[in-house]
Amino acid sequence: MSEPQIETSAADARLAKYEIVIGLEVHAQLSTQSKIFSWSSAAFGAEPNGATDPICLGMPGTLPVLNEAAVLAAVRLGLAVGSHIRPRCRFARKHYFYPDLPKGFQISQFDEPICEGGTVRFRVRGEQKSVRLERIHMEEDAGKNLHAAAGVSFVDYNRAGVPLCEIVSKPDVRSAEEAAEYLRALRTLVRYLGVCDGNMEEGSMRCDANVSIRLRGAEKYGTRTEIKNMNSFKNVRDAIEYEVRRQATLVDRGERVVQETRLWDASRGVTASMRSKEQAHDYRYFPEPDLPPLALSEEYLAKARASLPALPEDRFERYTAEGLSAQDASVLVTEREIADYFDATVAAGVTAKVTANVTPNVTPKKAANWVINEVLARVDDPRRLAEADLPVSAAGLAELIGLVESGTLSGKLGKDVFLRMWNERRSAGDIVAAEGLAQVSDTGSIEEACKRVIAAHPDELARYRGGEKKLLGFFVGAVMKETGGKANPKGANEILRRLLDQAN
Amino acid sequence: MAAVDIRGARIATLAEGVRSGKLKARDLTEAYLDRVGAVDPKLNSYLLVDGAGARLQADAIDKAVAAGEPVGPLAGVPIALKDIFVTKGLETTCASKILRGFIPPFDSTVGQRLAAAGTVMLGKLNMDEFAMGSSNENSSRGPVRNPWSLAHVPGGSSGGSAAAVAASLCAGALGTDTGGSIRQPAALCGVVGMKPTYGRVSRYGVIAFASSLDHPGPLGRTVDDVATLMEIIAGPDPRDATSIPAPVGQYRAAAKAGVAGLRLGIPAEYFGAGMDPEIDAAVKAAIDELGRAGAKVVPVSLPHTKYAIATYYLVCTAEAASNLARYDGVKYGYRAPDVRSLEELYTRTRGEGFGLEPKRRIMLGTYVLRSGYYEAYYGQALKVRRKVFDDFATAFTQCDAIVTPTSPIPAFKLGEKTADPLQMYLADVMTVAAPLAGVPALSQCCGFTKSGLPIGLQTIGPPLGEEVVFRVAGAYESRTDWHQRLPSDPVASSTAPAGGVS
Repeated sequence: MSEPQIETSAADARLAKYEIVIGLEVHAQLSTQSKIFSWSSAAFGAEPNGATDPICLGMPGTLPVLNEAAVLAAVRLGLAVGSHIRPRCRFARKHYFYPDLPKGFQISQFDEPICEGGTVRFRVRGEQKSVRLERIHMEEDAGKNLHAAAGVSFVDYNRAGVPLCEIVSKPDVRSAEEAAEYLRALRTLVRYLGVCDGNMEEGSMRCDANVSIRLRGAEKYGTRTEIKNMNSFKNVRDAIEYEVRRQATLVDRGERVVQETRLWDASRGVTASMRSKEQAHDYRYFPEPDLPPLALSEEYLAKARASLPALPEDRFERYTAEGLSAQDASVLVTEREIADYFDATVAAGVTAKVTANVTPNVTPKKAANWVINEVLARVDDPRRLAEADLPVSAAGLAELIGLVESGTLSGKLGKDVFLRMWNERRSAGDIVAAEGLAQVSDTGSIEEACKRVIAAHPDELARYRGGEKKLLGFFVGAVMKETGGKANPKGANEILRRLLDQAN
Repeated sequence: MAAVDIRGARIATLAEGVRSGKLKARDLTEAYLDRVGAVDPKLNSYLLVDGAGARLQADAIDKAVAAGEPVGPLAGVPIALKDIFVTKGLETTCASKILRGFIPPFDSTVGQRLAAAGTVMLGKLNMDEFAMGSSNENSSRGPVRNPWSLAHVPGGSSGGSAAAVAASLCAGALGTDTGGSIRQPAALCGVVGMKPTYGRVSRYGVIAFASSLDHPGPLGRTVDDVATLMEIIAGPDPRDATSIPAPVGQYRAAAKAGVAGLRLGIPAEYFGAGMDPEIDAAVKAAIDELGRAGAKVVPVSLPHTKYAIATYYLVCTAEAASNLARYDGVKYGYRAPDVRSLEELYTRTRGEGFGLEPKRRIMLGTYVLRSGYYEAYYGQALKVRRKVFDDFATAFTQCDAIVTPTSPIPAFKLGEKTADPLQMYLADVMTVAAPLAGVPALSQCCGFTKSGLPIGLQTIGPPLGEEVVFRVAGAYESRTDWHQRLPSDPVASSTAPAGGVS
């Protein structure tokens, strides 16, 4: 089959008349300890076939027993996107032959998935977007074929039986960029929920895209192709962009798009036909007779709902309402650990304020600056913010912000203190007390210092009094020097002005 | 050497002998192994005899008894398993070439329970390949012969289990019943066989044929033997999600409780055309006997019985095609040599590894489940299956147990029905409804034909009604002596009915 030459730049201009219609199928591996129907480890990275058992290998005589942790993960994911959780769902067998599929069928769900409907909310270039979901169903992962030399293949079944949620969107995605952002939002969400680590490179999150184009205003969808083998956000974007151009080129020429499955070849930057509709599998679904229907009570769902964390898009809205820039709010919600740390910092500031009965000083905006510019800048993986042995805890950071905002520390000193907190694992209060770093706000001692400085610089005093008012800065600097940087600059400023102008 | 007469030995007697120290488990084991060695070459009921393993288990029992340590209730009782039960470290093939060389890394739940009860496992029993058949002629390792007549089939698919029990080559055995595979061979071999309620006995470690229909169960010489085995193997199993979390009944006690006041339903649908007149007469005589024992006989109707065979073959072929998909030559068992592509690996491994009957059912099942036809076939079959269940539910509002023949015909000759699969399928006509409905049913001997072939009486109970089934079976057995007859040991080259009554 000959592929049309893609005339990229020309095609770009012609694309404007088409509406792009994309539906995404995302497979998320659930981070359970054991597999979905058996006891061996579901963790990534064991030696080949080192994390298997007779059940996940599909040995004769074995039977599946459903892992409740996988069910809870699917339910929490469904609740987080507002799906309807079926009070009764069923598993089904999906049949095809492939060496990495131990039983010759995959236990999946077909006509009664655990979650129906739902919406994933995210932002594309600052604009709110929501993509409706068709369903989320549970299934088991397959193993992996490893092709050694020519004619020699091995199969690693460690992945066989790892629990998956397949998240199927409606065809609501309208561009490659939206597709990538949708995926990012899903990744953030599953990581917030702790149900999946969202690692596309390791394959714990995988994506297939159904892509079609139609003339703007047309009601009927165009013929779609299914794109597979995209293992990064960039792949997803590139593959869809390529596929859209390929389809537009065909349609422009009056040719037809063939319904088929195509593989993304990242090295060549093209999609290539894998199998046509005629070669498509007949999966021969039927209800899995070894597993009774799964019934979930209202009480169970209520418990699961109560276990949900505050979700990223809800937090984004709250943060911007509290005065944060969209930029800062976006950074803070990318990982649950960042948002939790930020929330804890603000909360600790409020607690400190109440107990010390001082004016509110740890505002969300200030806290966001410190978290983003100081804390985040010092960790390789933002998830470290949840670690108990992080050098600076949220409460510790709140204390430091309080010291700066109340004027005890200058902004510059605050940053120095933060660095020492981080490196020496000491609290801000400790460092300030031990090093005598507190700004001198005692007007008596500042006034003494000012008088000494004025007395030591008669020439400058004369010039100031002669009208050279900008020399005030010089005197302030000298006072800071005299006090070793501890004088409250604002206080020193006022006192100097008074002394210099008074004797005039 | 053992001075134990094991022909016709009862499980309770053997267990009592071993537990009390009067009998050595090792002597008992040797006696059975000797007998298997002498008799089984004519019957072909064993696919594998595990002499070494059996001796080890027996010695351990004897040692425990001698040391006064506690032993299981069935200490030293030699049993054997249909080759559909996986056995850790022992080849398990389902009588199929495609599983040749497969050594399972685990034991079935029921095998574990029997071992924990102290039984000694003698070996693995012949069967129709993947339990698909009614004559045991579909074994890749050759047919089993009926101990009552070597020219006749033992029934199937648990033909090896029924023949071994009938010929006293083990004190009891386990089989599986998907459409009648315990009860029909039990009937044809003159022993007792029970298909329990679906979910009453764990399927973990039982190689799947048709998952929603597969019922593991015991075969024994007497009702008490079968009740004893049931009390050991029944009960919930966390490894089988379809097992029922209900306590196990008092089956042995029930077998002695009598039938006074029980209402026995007689479904007209099971006494129609096509029934062998000798069987008709024997079963009716058995019903009269139960009446004299105090049961009240009432007519009931199971109107959807006529759809049972068609329904059964839709469901079982669909599930079989699915369950047998795993045999692809990649992971275990047979792999076709010198393949050059994945496609060839599949087609040749499966083409060379499966016998005719599994292939036939894989093709039927694949057809039944193909896209767009699900509702017409499998979906429709599930609806009718529900009707069959409802039939029983309705009948059990009018009676406590249902009594019917097990098979409309006695054992037939080897080769007689192999040419016509449909004729073979019809051998299951009286047994398929119970597994479709999941209700318990038992077959026991209620007479012999003039030519000396056993006749089976079937008692069907409501869901989890094993106890009422045992009441009927126990009461009948206590008033008759069919169960005391033993086939004479087969003579080499004999093809005439062995038939002799001893």
